Amino acid sequence: MPVMNIIEAVNSALHIAMEKDPTTVVFGEDVGYFGGVFRATVGLQEKFGEARCFDTPICEQGIIGFALGCALNGLNPIPEIQFADYMFPAYDQLHNEVAKSRYRSGGHYPCAMTIRTPYGGGIHGGHYHSQSPEAQYLHTPGIKIVMPSDPYEAKGLLLASIRTPDPIIFFEPKRIYRASKADVPEEDYEIPLGVARVARDGRDLTLVGWGAQHQQNMAAADAAAKEGIDVEVIDLRTLNPVDVDTISASVQKTGKCVVAQEAPRTMGFASEISALIMERCFLHLEAPVHRCTGFDTPFSNAHEHDYMPDMKRVLHSIRQTAKY
Amino acid sequence: MKFEKIQYLDYEGNLSKDFKREISSDNLVKMYKTMHLTRRIDERCITLQRQGVINFVIGSRGEEGCAVGSAAALTNDDWLFFQYREQAAILWRGLSTQEYMDHMLLNENDPSLGRQMSNHYGKRDLNCVTVSSTLATQIPNAAGAAYAMKIRNEPNVSLCYLAEGSASEGDFHAGVHMGAVRHAPCIFFCRNNKYAISTSTENQYRGDGIVPRSIGYGIPGYRVDGNDVFAVFDVVSTAKEICLAGDGPVLIEAMTYRVGAHSTADDPTRYRKEGEAEEWDPKDPIRRLRLYLDKQGLWNDKKDKEFIEAMHQEVEDAIKVARNTPKPGIDKMFQDVYHDVPWNLQEQYEFLQKFNEEEGH
Repeated sequence: MPVMNIIEAVNSALHIAMEKDPTTVVFGEDVGYFGGVFRATVGLQEKFGEARCFDTPICEQGIIGFALGCALNGLNPIPEIQFADYMFPAYDQLHNEVAKSRYRSGGHYPCAMTIRTPYGGGIHGGHYHSQSPEAQYLHTPGIKIVMPSDPYEAKGLLLASIRTPDPIIFFEPKRIYRASKADVPEEDYEIPLGVARVARDGRDLTLVGWGAQHQQNMAAADAAAKEGIDVEVIDLRTLNPVDVDTISASVQKTGKCVVAQEAPRTMGFASEISALIMERCFLHLEAPVHRCTGFDTPFSNAHEHDYMPDMKRVLHSIRQTAKY
Repeated sequence: MKFEKIQYLDYEGNLSKDFKREISSDNLVKMYKTMHLTRRIDERCITLQRQGVINFVIGSRGEEGCAVGSAAALTNDDWLFFQYREQAAILWRGLSTQEYMDHMLLNENDPSLGRQMSNHYGKRDLNCVTVSSTLATQIPNAAGAAYAMKIRNEPNVSLCYLAEGSASEGDFHAGVHMGAVRHAPCIFFCRNNKYAISTSTENQYRGDGIVPRSIGYGIPGYRVDGNDVFAVFDVVSTAKEICLAGDGPVLIEAMTYRVGAHSTADDPTRYRKEGEAEEWDPKDPIRRLRLYLDKQGLWNDKKDKEFIEAMHQEVEDAIKVARNTPKPGIDKMFQDVYHDVPWNLQEQYEFLQKFNEEEGH
């Protein structure tokens, strides 16, 4: 089985999807001839032609609105938004059109698409190449949100997303695009949406995360183990729909939970998970659900290291919660 | 309707008699020096990026004439809204080499307090609005700022830099359209440098460039050789006159070429044919102005050697100081989110201070 990084895994998934489904089209800024600024779409235009993989003008609202039209009329679009921070010009198309098309038409006009976009900090990208805006879109009924944590996950989740008859934002963890490597099958496989993964068993405390944060969480759990704290680590994979059963089962076992996210603290998805745990695990809780998060500030470039809830910050949260 | 390209300075440094405006000898020399300084700073920053000292650099090689020619036609009371490849304009306005390097290295003396990526300059006392990476958002902002000048009857304009790629964004339409309807004294200055990262103009637009869109908005439009500082100066001067007469905004399309990469995160050899950039060497704005200055007796090899030595030293000194200046403290991370620091940010700041002390983070 070949070793791939996340970029290669995404690229492999796109090749398979385009090969098997002639209705798939890939487009966005620099994705065609160049193969994407992160090289995720390399080879697609060459192999499948310019009609199915093309460069667009710099116009995110155009990219998403165009994708909606394609989707209404029999194509399966996989648009790329170059950075998640640049999706906001398309917010109206996403929030008001893509998310509601199926619903407002009484089911006549669903618009399945998979919007790929790199998110997150750690690349010295400042305010506009570092944000984790998943919560903005989680508050929009009608859009599913997927955030893979490694190459194997990325390929299986992307193929499942492309074949799901709903609009999906597929947030790719750009900080670990190349750093994360794993054995990835060359062939087609899917990881079902809406099912979380218990990446590490433990009995003392549940640690929940997603995307790039998951790797920090695994490292923190390893460090905690050396201090005698046995942490169960959950990689959510899909944020909407969220696998509340896996979270509940774990917290009912451990009685304690830390949720770690890169995004700002207030109104982040960690808060929603905390609320779900309160509703479903209240009598099992032995400590308040703890949020380990980014700060409620824009993403300051010079302070990137201080902003990130890295392994050390997560470990600190684990200790605080474990001894509560 | 065909928009002809206005050009006064040929590739051998000869100035057409059709150029009727006055530019003082001092300002001509200052234009040359500013373009040269900008190019040197860009080159050094790109090297420093490769050495890991700076994270990210956007060079402006070949496009310095657009920035300097336009900035020279305005006063410091006119506002500049940047895209991000117009460092020559803020240097023309008076941002010091030291301030520029402090920004590039994101240290505590950076006017933006290290919060942004490098190359995202700005400074209030120069009326230079701080760059945002988000493309085209500055276009409606510039129209609004210009409108504020208009209703206060100020004899000034705002000039908004953009490029042919950002002209594809919805904010281009929003900004030019709003500005046109409100007769905002705003100059939309589009650098058509042929590439938006890898995307050539062929995939960016279908019509004859950007300037014909002015017809649809009902505003004057000009196409100019962006590598001819005389032509840029002339057209921007004309645009300002039009704006102050109440007939703005004006859309200008400056034809130029992005000689270097989009940024240090880009590799143009993957999408540009070999030798393409070199075809622009004879059109280089610094080269052409230098030829002119020599012919006029305003400059010579001796002066050039002295200038370059001193200028290089100034850049090296600024780099040294910038490298030895500390990063902004974590207090700077929590300030300016709002006018006052609310309880949650205060709490988060105190947590981080304590955490960093205890954990040696």
